[in-house]
Amino acid sequence: MSLTERQLLSGDSAIALAALHGGVALGSGYPGTPSTEILEYLAHIGGKAQWSPNEKVAMEVGIGVAYGGARSLVTMKHVGLNVAADPFFSVAHTGVVGALVVVSADDPGMASSQNEQDNRRYAVAAAVPMLEPADSQEAYDFTLAAMEISERWEIPVLLRVTTRVCHTQAPVQPRAAVPPPQPHFEHDLRGRNLIPSNARPAHRRLRQKLSEMTEWSELTPLNRLVPGDKKLGIITSGVCFMHAREAAPAASFLKLGFTHPLPLKKIAKFVRSVERCVVIEEGDPYLADAIRAAGLNVESKPEMFRFGELNVDRIRRILAHDHSPEPARPPVKPPELCDGCGHHVVFQALHNLDCIVAGDIGCYALGVLPPYSAMDCCVCMGSSIPIGLGLRHVLPPAEAKRVVSVIGDSTFVHSGMTGLAEMIYNPPPTGHVVVILDNSTTAMTGHQEHPGTGRTLDHAATSKVVYEDLGRALGIEDVRVFPLGKDCAGFQQMIVEALASEKLVLIVARRPCVLAAKSIREYENRDKCATGCAAPEALVP
Amino acid sequence: MKKNVNVVIAGLGGQGVIKASDILSEAAFRSGYEVKKSEIHGMSQRGGSVTSDVRFGPQVLSPMVPPGEADFLVVLAPDQVEVNRGQLRAGGVLLAPDLIDPAALANRKSFNVALLGALSAHLEISAENWQAAMHSVLPEKLHAANEQAFAEGRRAAATRLQP
Repeated sequence: MSLTERQLLSGDSAIALAALHGGVALGSGYPGTPSTEILEYLAHIGGKAQWSPNEKVAMEVGIGVAYGGARSLVTMKHVGLNVAADPFFSVAHTGVVGALVVVSADDPGMASSQNEQDNRRYAVAAAVPMLEPADSQEAYDFTLAAMEISERWEIPVLLRVTTRVCHTQAPVQPRAAVPPPQPHFEHDLRGRNLIPSNARPAHRRLRQKLSEMTEWSELTPLNRLVPGDKKLGIITSGVCFMHAREAAPAASFLKLGFTHPLPLKKIAKFVRSVERCVVIEEGDPYLADAIRAAGLNVESKPEMFRFGELNVDRIRRILAHDHSPEPARPPVKPPELCDGCGHHVVFQALHNLDCIVAGDIGCYALGVLPPYSAMDCCVCMGSSIPIGLGLRHVLPPAEAKRVVSVIGDSTFVHSGMTGLAEMIYNPPPTGHVVVILDNSTTAMTGHQEHPGTGRTLDHAATSKVVYEDLGRALGIEDVRVFPLGKDCAGFQQMIVEALASEKLVLIVARRPCVLAAKSIREYENRDKCATGCAAPEALVP
Repeated sequence: MKKNVNVVIAGLGGQGVIKASDILSEAAFRSGYEVKKSEIHGMSQRGGSVTSDVRFGPQVLSPMVPPGEADFLVVLAPDQVEVNRGQLRAGGVLLAPDLIDPAALANRKSFNVALLGALSAHLEISAENWQAAMHSVLPEKLHAANEQAFAEGRRAAATRLQP
């Protein structure tokens, strides 16, 4: 299919297509549902896209791209922006030359996340402009608009999307591609070195930009009126606009696409133009709080609707003041570890030994479910190692000696390495045992590559981080590798020995993900052929 | 078609729920309808329940089929019928897995497409658009098996429609 004709695209794919048509020089990110497909599709359609070890690094790569005068797209799920918040806040102060568009894909309802977090708050906290598309067409259009806004005000832009925008397929009419800017470097020592004497004027410049954008937000068609009955006015943003129009087809709407800084004059005019005004938004009452703080009288949803996604049915309830308990969702079959998954052996052994297990983010979080029930905590990316160390420091020795940290390979590269540095720097008296569950891919999000697989986003060979070498280089004296198979007793014995040694032990438990193994073999064979064996074409007479 | 058509496809991770909804939405789009297709993926890859909503017609707003408003409920796994039955409107059509005999399929993995064939007997989408959608969504080596499954499903539904 041509990339310029009207086509069905997910919101994620639409963002990628806009990045390609808008001349993004490099997309960087870390996989995370529901954002993962953006960079995969960008690479698929011929753009340049890379996985970084984590979101902070991806953001910093993007800042470099934008400092160089090129356009940058940085993608992550909502919790990724927590990891990347440090550079995000600072680059708002330094500003950029080329566009820096940061995609935060929020997951209201937590289809595949550890927490429910409304990242619209980040636009306010970091003082950056924010756009919220409602469907795939807007995901395309707003990505291009975000690039223009970013370059016009020399500021990073937050493109805030949610699961239903990311993963809904809908028609998109693309536009003609625009020529990308030519990267070049200009020194700006005072502007980009945030020592206090430079940062103070930088903060004033940032607030001046926001003030100008506030005026602009009153005029931009990104914030638009949908005229209707004056009895009911609805102020909304994102996919809630679609649900709300279906729930109340006759109502008047103020549909906000540019949601920071807010067009409070336009909002005030709308509020006064209708008899009843209701703010419909998922998650936190971000719009409602801001509008009420401006002295405007609007209805907001009751607290029960802060939780989970909104939909047509729930919005009908909000509009009807129906606060009765909602029908319980029918029980669904929960996910489980795949047949043949290497993690089975690990969690069977940890269960048998009644270990205290500090877990981490990934498929293996399913180790918490029966029959193993062998994970005591799972907090955030990379937390398993430091939390395990904290437990070891304070628990009585008999309990401390049962503590094990388990972490997946992609998660380890994301933010586990600093945990190992902590371990050798502040070793607990009883030692510690860390197991890296190396399945040679980022399995949970759909088999993305990472620095430990030795392949790039598009599966081409590159340099590889080797965990056992890294552990030894950091000074961990006991580093072991265990090839996972059916030998649970062997693995269990290794854990028993490691715990009894009271030393710092790193075990790399290795087996490729059963769902990814075939693809991994194909990539490896291809790479071997590229360097060694005769090319298949040469065999054809 | 004056009204939107709401279809919910349900099953378990790995059964091809999403692939079936890809084909349906593509076929509807090629037929000139406005289309939205929405599902949750992520944890569902690990064998858990999966549903995908496809809505098409003159204008589609919300991407999700409101509870009790599905015209068609297509279910790939027997144990997912009851948990999803509430999605159907009164008078809506359930296409359950017992409609298809897996032994009649050239490849049992095409079970999802066989149920699409059964659904096709109820929809205003031409055979050409169904075929073009399958060809655009599935790799070429799977075309023949899936076309056989689609035809088998359509035949099974037609038999049931004309007792």
